[in-house]
Amino acid sequence: MKLLKLVPDHTNIDFVRLRGWAFGLTLLLSVLAIGVTFAKGLNFGVDFEGGLMIEERFASPPDLDRVRAVVDAQNLGEASLQQFGDERTLTIRLPIQQGADEGATNAAVKKVETALSQAFPGATFNRYSTISGKVSGELIRNGVLAVVLAVLGIGLFAIVRFEWQFGVSTVAAIVHDLTMTLGFFAVTQFEFDLNIVAAVLTIIGYSINDKIVIDDRIRENMRRYRKMEMREIVNLSVNETLPRTVMTSVTILLALGALLFLGGHVLRGFTAAMILGIIVGTYSSIYVSSSLLISLGLRADPSIEKPVRGTIDNAERIAPREPRA
Amino acid sequence: MLDFPRWKVISIWLVIAVLCALAIPSLLPQRITDSWGAFPHPRVNLGLDLAGGSYLLLEADVNDVATGRIEAMREQVQTEMRRQDPRIEIGDISTRDNRLSFLLRDPTQVDAARERLTTIAGTGVGMTGQREWDIQVVDGSRMVLTPTQAGLTQAIDTAMGDATEVVRRRIDELGTREPTIIRQGSNRIVVQVPGLDNPQALKDLLGKTAKLEFKLVDETATAQQLASKQAPVGSQVLAYPTNPAGIPLIAVKRSVILSGDQLTDARQEFSQQTNEPQVAITFDSQGGRKFAQVTRENVNKPFAIILDNQVISAPNINEPILGGRAQISGSFTVESANALAIALRSGKLPVALKVIEESTVGPDLGAESIRAGILASAVAVALVVAFMLVTYGRFGVYANLAVVINVFVIVGVLALIGGTLTLPGIAGFVLTIGTAVDANVLINERIREERRRGRSVSQSIELGYSEASRTIFEANMTHAISGIIMFLLGSGPVKGFAVVLLIGIATSVFTAVLFTRMLTVQWLRRTKPKTINI
Repeated sequence: MKLLKLVPDHTNIDFVRLRGWAFGLTLLLSVLAIGVTFAKGLNFGVDFEGGLMIEERFASPPDLDRVRAVVDAQNLGEASLQQFGDERTLTIRLPIQQGADEGATNAAVKKVETALSQAFPGATFNRYSTISGKVSGELIRNGVLAVVLAVLGIGLFAIVRFEWQFGVSTVAAIVHDLTMTLGFFAVTQFEFDLNIVAAVLTIIGYSINDKIVIDDRIRENMRRYRKMEMREIVNLSVNETLPRTVMTSVTILLALGALLFLGGHVLRGFTAAMILGIIVGTYSSIYVSSSLLISLGLRADPSIEKPVRGTIDNAERIAPREPRA
Repeated sequence: MLDFPRWKVISIWLVIAVLCALAIPSLLPQRITDSWGAFPHPRVNLGLDLAGGSYLLLEADVNDVATGRIEAMREQVQTEMRRQDPRIEIGDISTRDNRLSFLLRDPTQVDAARERLTTIAGTGVGMTGQREWDIQVVDGSRMVLTPTQAGLTQAIDTAMGDATEVVRRRIDELGTREPTIIRQGSNRIVVQVPGLDNPQALKDLLGKTAKLEFKLVDETATAQQLASKQAPVGSQVLAYPTNPAGIPLIAVKRSVILSGDQLTDARQEFSQQTNEPQVAITFDSQGGRKFAQVTRENVNKPFAIILDNQVISAPNINEPILGGRAQISGSFTVESANALAIALRSGKLPVALKVIEESTVGPDLGAESIRAGILASAVAVALVVAFMLVTYGRFGVYANLAVVINVFVIVGVLALIGGTLTLPGIAGFVLTIGTAVDANVLINERIREERRRGRSVSQSIELGYSEASRTIFEANMTHAISGIIMFLLGSGPVKGFAVVLLIGIATSVFTAVLFTRMLTVQWLRRTKPKTINI
């Protein structure tokens, strides 16, 4: 049987040559992403914003204006409606109810539900959640803390297991992935909720996985070809690991694609974030973390003894001087 | 490389067999496993987002505990100073600024007072044996009691422990299936009730402190005093929403005749005269005697039935109530009377709880999510399996076996540790399927590389495994770091995702590295191939 090879043997793509352009593009996109995030803001879900969210399912696709009119008639503050999944499902978001005691929130949920089921026969709620401002603040804090700690932990791991340049370049690449993801959410205004934080952390995990595989190969090649130029080593390592990078990305994208199309509407934002993250992460493995290693001045040092396991014939060896008689 | 001892082979198969067997009950319908009876069948719990149900996060107000303690101390101080001879006369007792202070009428009694206070101020709590209250004497005759942090922490801890118990009893009374009630942090309780039709009833029930008190009505209070909420000395003005007199307020004496602590039972029933729902209560013997005595002394006077600092009715005492039985009537519905009965039966919450986070998932959505999740997982497995097969041939088959076993093993481990599968958990599952092959991709690509460099079959496989193993270790370590952080800091969905991810990382290393290696070695030994198709 002839086996499938996505990447031909002995590829020799000069990834590093495009490094300057890639840096420019990356920088530009990052600045844009940060700008958009600040300018447009993220569409926080109730997890982070506080408030209440009701997901209502209607018997037939409802008229949005009529739904809005019914909800507005309850005087609960400005409602935002969003179609979710299919045409019959709608999420209704309302701000935290004044008076802050939970009686007010409960009453609000009840009012909306009653009004909707009267105005639209056959409408039932799928789910709802209410979160007080206090809890949402804690969720934001924990979410941010989790991301920061994950980045620091991984950076530290890379420094301990490799060299400091690997730690720095890896952290830079993750920050890049994060920026891009946030930018994506700011541009599309997809709802950013707790699930998305999980997705972001997963992206970090995957992206790191990818970088460590390449870093590991770079380290190996640095030992093997100690007199080689760093840019050649990076090119060689990226090329050598390219089949693996492509294979793994394809299998994960296959799995995530199944989840995106078949996994139900609740997980859609989550899956979209991960798919984006995998594409961004693969890019940053090559063009941010590996290429940055060169700029950070990492190079194979020929003066350092090659670590030897066992004895190799004709190898130069160094040992403490024997005491003179 | 070819050296793969028999004991290793046997133990690998054994581990796989056990973990896969653990997964079986979770994959069978509930009614089948139910018929197994005592035979152990751990199942993976479905999270509320899959099973449908309600999640509530309740929070106690810590300040309430502090204030409650000071109020309780005030009563204790008053009794203690009067209890023994000589009585110690004290002036106005104040509970301002989170501390208790009072003036001694006779400054020479300072030492005696201090001695008596010491007996009620607690001997010491916790590891440090710190006192619960600090006692100070100011200006020679003013005693000041300040609660210590250690004492307060201890009090909150006790209150929350009791509150959790009360919440559990109340939910059990509702008769719902497998509720989860967990204390979280210092002052929170998480309640998860799967498949509940009416979350409102649950919230109503948990929102009640159910502090029941009987007090005499202060009839001397004028309408003016009521309106300005300035009760006569020794009385207080309370809300009375259903007051037949029109104004929703009433004045009652401060001292408590009887409290809910002395109840032995509470039931919803119907009034024989009006046929309206009411709550019948029964006192213990001591409470019954006290109730008889007070009602005997106050015939033809009204007394107030107070629930959570709100008067629910203020009937006249027509005759002494002996025998320790009474009924509470008010404007009840059957449901509200029943809820009150449950609340009274399960005891008073030592501290009021507020719902600060809530979510309810309808059963239809949950079922839909499960169907979608299973379908997506199945399709993901099929796609990945097919892809691996056309790419790596025989080695792809090994990797695929590893992935399929990995799916079972994750389910088995989840069931074993009593984990809960949530919707993001399913996503973690699908992602694991995608990444589980990564280890095999690394190994197989490495074998291809070594073959290209002209190494022999067994040498290539040997090097493929050994070189890739290091990379797999480094990569999975970092992946695990983010998983652990998600688990530690995450709540709800994030945690569910992290659990599946972490299990997946561990099991995929086992199946992808050790298991496939065993299969490869056995094949090599059997056929001793000169060349391999990879």
